[in-house]
Amino acid sequence: MILLTEQLLNGLQYGVTLFLLAAGLTLIFGIMGVINLAHGAFYMAGAFAASWVAIQTGSFWGGLLAGLLVSGLIGVLVEVGVIRRLYARDHLDQVLATFALILILNQGTVLIFGRQPLFSSMPEIFSGSVEILPGLPYPVYRLFVIVVGLTVAAGLYLLINRTRIGMLVRAGATNREMVRALGVDIRRLYTTVFGLGALLAGLAGVMASPIVSVQVGMGDEIILATFVVVVIGGVGSVKGAFVAGLLLGLADTMLRAFLPSLLAQVMSGPEAQALGTGISSMGIYLMMAIVLLLRPRGLFAAQG
Amino acid sequence: MKKLLLTASLVLAAATPLWAEGTKIGVITTLSGPAGYLGEQIRDGMKLGLEATGVPFELVVEDDGRDPNTGLQIADRMMNEEGIKLLTGIVFSNVAMAVVPEAMDLGALYVSPNAGPSPLAGAKCNANYFVVSWQNDSLHEAAGAAAKGRGYKTAVALAPNYQAGKDAIAGFSREFGGEVSEIYTGVDQSDFASEMAQIRDRAPDVVFQFHPGGQGIAFLKQYQQSGLLGAVPMVVAEPSFDAVILKAVGPAALGVIGTTHWGADFDNEASRQMLAAWSAAYPDKPLTNYGQQGYDTGLLIGSALQQVGGDADVDALRAALKEANFISTRGNFAFGPNQHPVQDWFVTEVVADEAGNPKSVTKGKIREQVGDVYAADCKM
Amino acid sequence: MRRETLALLAVFAVLALVPVLAELTGQTSWTRLVGQALIYGMAAASLNFILGYGGMISFGHATFFGIGGYVVGILYFHFDEGTRFLGIIPGTGQMLLTLPAAILVSGLAAALVGALSLRTGGVQFIMITLAFAQMFFFLFISLKTYGGEDGVMVRRTNSLPGLNMRDKATLYWVILVVAAGYYLFLRQLVRSSFGQIIAGIRQNERRMTAMGVATYRYKLAAFILSGMGAGLAGALMVNFLRFASPDMLHWTRSGELMVMVILGGVGTLAGPFVGAAALTIIETLLSRLTEHWMLPVGVLLLAVVLLSRGGLMALIARMTGGRGK
Repeated sequence: MILLTEQLLNGLQYGVTLFLLAAGLTLIFGIMGVINLAHGAFYMAGAFAASWVAIQTGSFWGGLLAGLLVSGLIGVLVEVGVIRRLYARDHLDQVLATFALILILNQGTVLIFGRQPLFSSMPEIFSGSVEILPGLPYPVYRLFVIVVGLTVAAGLYLLINRTRIGMLVRAGATNREMVRALGVDIRRLYTTVFGLGALLAGLAGVMASPIVSVQVGMGDEIILATFVVVVIGGVGSVKGAFVAGLLLGLADTMLRAFLPSLLAQVMSGPEAQALGTGISSMGIYLMMAIVLLLRPRGLFAAQG
Repeated sequence: MKKLLLTASLVLAAATPLWAEGTKIGVITTLSGPAGYLGEQIRDGMKLGLEATGVPFELVVEDDGRDPNTGLQIADRMMNEEGIKLLTGIVFSNVAMAVVPEAMDLGALYVSPNAGPSPLAGAKCNANYFVVSWQNDSLHEAAGAAAKGRGYKTAVALAPNYQAGKDAIAGFSREFGGEVSEIYTGVDQSDFASEMAQIRDRAPDVVFQFHPGGQGIAFLKQYQQSGLLGAVPMVVAEPSFDAVILKAVGPAALGVIGTTHWGADFDNEASRQMLAAWSAAYPDKPLTNYGQQGYDTGLLIGSALQQVGGDADVDALRAALKEANFISTRGNFAFGPNQHPVQDWFVTEVVADEAGNPKSVTKGKIREQVGDVYAADCKM
Repeated sequence: MRRETLALLAVFAVLALVPVLAELTGQTSWTRLVGQALIYGMAAASLNFILGYGGMISFGHATFFGIGGYVVGILYFHFDEGTRFLGIIPGTGQMLLTLPAAILVSGLAAALVGALSLRTGGVQFIMITLAFAQMFFFLFISLKTYGGEDGVMVRRTNSLPGLNMRDKATLYWVILVVAAGYYLFLRQLVRSSFGQIIAGIRQNERRMTAMGVATYRYKLAAFILSGMGAGLAGALMVNFLRFASPDMLHWTRSGELMVMVILGGVGTLAGPFVGAAALTIIETLLSRLTEHWMLPVGVLLLAVVLLSRGGLMALIARMTGGRGK
């Protein structure tokens, strides 16, 4: 029971990280129709900027601010410099251009920070653990990540459903041409959405930096899982990204935690371990394949 | 044309001492991507090691991007166009397995500063192939011996779910002898919260984990964050706690027990010289085991070149390499029958230095003059 | 038509001279470089058939490339050990057997992946092919017998009767002949009525359905043919490298193939070959100049997308007065 609760929390925490990444990607995808392979680079930028500033100033919060600023700024620059020219192009040109951006941003990071992973620590107040159930200490920082993720989700919900910009975003995700026809300053809207998406990815990077290794290429590893979330959730749907993010985070964690021991009931220990891990690595892809075969447009398709 | 060039260079060679120009050494290594620092360390260490021997040399360095295709492409050009007869530098087993056979077929020499994959250590060993670092398995056997030496009876062993990971756990178990329960992790996994929960649930005497590079950094951080550090001792082999990793994880590494073939606090002249040369040349970078392996490789190659006067006679150079006529920074060093090292292994512990930063301190010898299990299959 | 034939013959002749020229100038590694570009060109061209002509954006094409390669690797492994695959199939090192086997097995894999993936379209198709690719990747890194993620060595290039395959130039010419044959095959294919229907489906699937064409079946057939081509390229690659490893199936490899197609020119016959050659050669030359070669490669790729529509083939066409295609 204790183990189950702990694993549920772990899954939730991984899920909100995926959501932060996927929220921006799904909007960019849905509203502008751009496949942005370089979205992981904003995650990396956030983590590097935050860790570096935190080392220099000794303040996690300063780092958080820097991470958000830098990733958002890079996002805006990338949109204005490159992505803007690709809206009218087909997906393939976008793939090539954003692939090129990955190379540039990764190598740029090597030039600025060197090849060695950066040290990153967490603020003192989050470094301990709390006993959330008798016999179950849980790291405060991971609880903090969950809270941040859920807060952002709530904030995005309000932004999208209660504000004018949100209305445009919703309209854009449903019918791109219509918004353009309404005479809205579409360029500003696009830049804003792209910058916001990059900023959210940067936030995910900042949040992850005390937990994982802050290194070049860290964004390339997580981008696949993010795309899976976007597609399962339905392209353009933030609600879908939220549900799919949590679903995938939970499924991935649960499979890794419990599948090997379930298999161990029917086969020898080490083999069950290897097979179980193998299947759980495939788990999210298997889930995506099944979801797409049953609901080709994902769980919450925004476009009709 | 080629013949003409060859003749011209022979004439030149006759006129001047053979190696006044500096022997060209081909360094194929990984400089891009997350593992880029490994190649950087090897390259930088090798340069210093060669300089220490005083031979004239020229390093031709290229990035293989961890891609066997690229590695082979570079090797081809180095051997066929630049006439390089001595190759080294490869970090990863998969690149080595593509490049080494090609080098052997062309009669070149390969001296490995890092990767020592088992398929090349046993029946498929080759007289032109030397490994200066270690055979992969022996890293983990040492960790098993260390855990056994501390009297632990039960262990949880974690490694990524691929061949090198499985070999790591097998190597650990071979020497540990106690009860081992395995947990395999994902190949690209960076969040180990689920594994931490399982470790707590199984409550072993000791944890062994093999996660090189970024995964290792993430694992150590999360081990501390989950409160397991200090509660369950951890034993790791050297790729999981190199100086760069320690710098990146900070206090989260304190108390970790490691095993290594070399440590920065080794009390021998060669090691002290290396440390002095390193901190003079690269004051901002910590020296890792990869750097040390590069340095020792440089010493070996340099000593052999010195002995036979350049690489004009490959047979003589091979014989000189085999003698391993150099003073290793790790102390005892000799080649076994498969030309992989026979060496000592040490236990270390990560403690805080004056500034509170983690550093690895050598606690004593755990295995003496051991080679590897594949040497018996090698018929040279 | 005449002009095209002449141009093709000229290109073939120049390519055939590469080993000779390389030997003459002392730049012998060009043989390997061009050979590698030809193999990647074949793989990219096979992808281009479904992507450019058929409008099916597969993000998992390296799967078939890798499977073709592993067929050669696994057959050689059993040949070397004197054992049988699954206890039934004996190993072999004969290219006349391994290449057809590679084509067959990768075709079967493509049939499986295609049959499921083609039920979706658009972005979902991209992602589902990626999903299958990942599953195959994880399968191959856990194949303990065949080296897991370290891969399996093929100590000797497969043999062909009457040829010394250990000679690099000979191997290169074999690759060139296969690549040229594959190019001609694709050329016939896109001009055939089958190719016309595939192109028709790309332009307007609904109309083709209305005309009574069973589009799913045609798309599946195209997908399988394309997978077989990639398998052939992978089999050649393993002969060339004498090594098969899961890198061949990694998703970044699929991305690279796609980049080659787009860089060269989507939906053109020569484009994928041009793109593969350009990418391979640029990367090699730049990495000789600088450790940070990724940066200029990225900038160059970006420049090509932003400044030209239709990739290098379009540039070539513009320079030769619009007759490049």
